[in-house]
Amino acid sequence: MTVTTVHKDPEALTMTITAELDATVERAWQLWADPRQLERWWGPPTYPATFVDHDLAPGALVTYFMTGPDGDKSHGWWQVVAVEPPRRLEIKDGFADDSGTPNDEMPTMTMVATLTERDGGGTLMAIETLFPSLEAMEKLVSMGMEEGITAAVGQIAGILTE
Amino acid sequence: MFHALADATRRDILVRTLEGEHNVSTLARRYPMSFAAVQKHVAVLEGAGLVSKQRKGREQIVSGNVETMRKANRLLAQLETVWQGRIDRIGEVLADEHNGGKNP
Repeated sequence: MTVTTVHKDPEALTMTITAELDATVERAWQLWADPRQLERWWGPPTYPATFVDHDLAPGALVTYFMTGPDGDKSHGWWQVVAVEPPRRLEIKDGFADDSGTPNDEMPTMTMVATLTERDGGGTLMAIETLFPSLEAMEKLVSMGMEEGITAAVGQIAGILTE
Repeated sequence: MFHALADATRRDILVRTLEGEHNVSTLARRYPMSFAAVQKHVAVLEGAGLVSKQRKGREQIVSGNVETMRKANRLLAQLETVWQGRIDRIGEVLADEHNGGKNP
């Protein structure tokens, strides 16, 4: 569970982060393929994700929402671009309106997860995230971060009231 | 396919134009490719907001956008934080299982 490398490429608007997982490739794939496992890590504890439709089939639309501390929900979707269980998943990730319908006016990002056996056991998981433009990156990251920041603020508030 | 975006030429063009203005023709002479190909790379960088192009007489001047680069770096650093959190939680999911799967 150690992050081994982070490669940030601002010119290409991409980031690749690689982690070593203490699990087989098949087991690591379940982190993505099983929506209940995915829910345990996709969103931060104070902004948990709930996956509604989840089928990792080519072209399938995966829908999810994240619930904030005040019960506010933000909806998102993935479109499965390519899938090769248990090794590779390529998705488009975007925002949806309150009914869960993809919002075409909002930008999308592409994410590719690659799982490979590690020498000496375990799995290397590489996640590549690619943005179509700086503007798209700004919108997507700041909206994603809002959740992270809310989570952090929530934790601070918790500490202060103890 | 995505790596095509990280094209070494594009990176080189960006670095040069961040250091100072260049016109497209002198820039094009540096690379073993056609003027049109270099122009295409410049257009991609321009589309990403990483360089801006200005016409000065008959010349097209390209300059790197330092602010944009800073912004891109900052955003990627934030994205890294998001993924650090996710990877930490993945670690917990896998560790719970090793400990007898106390959590559902």
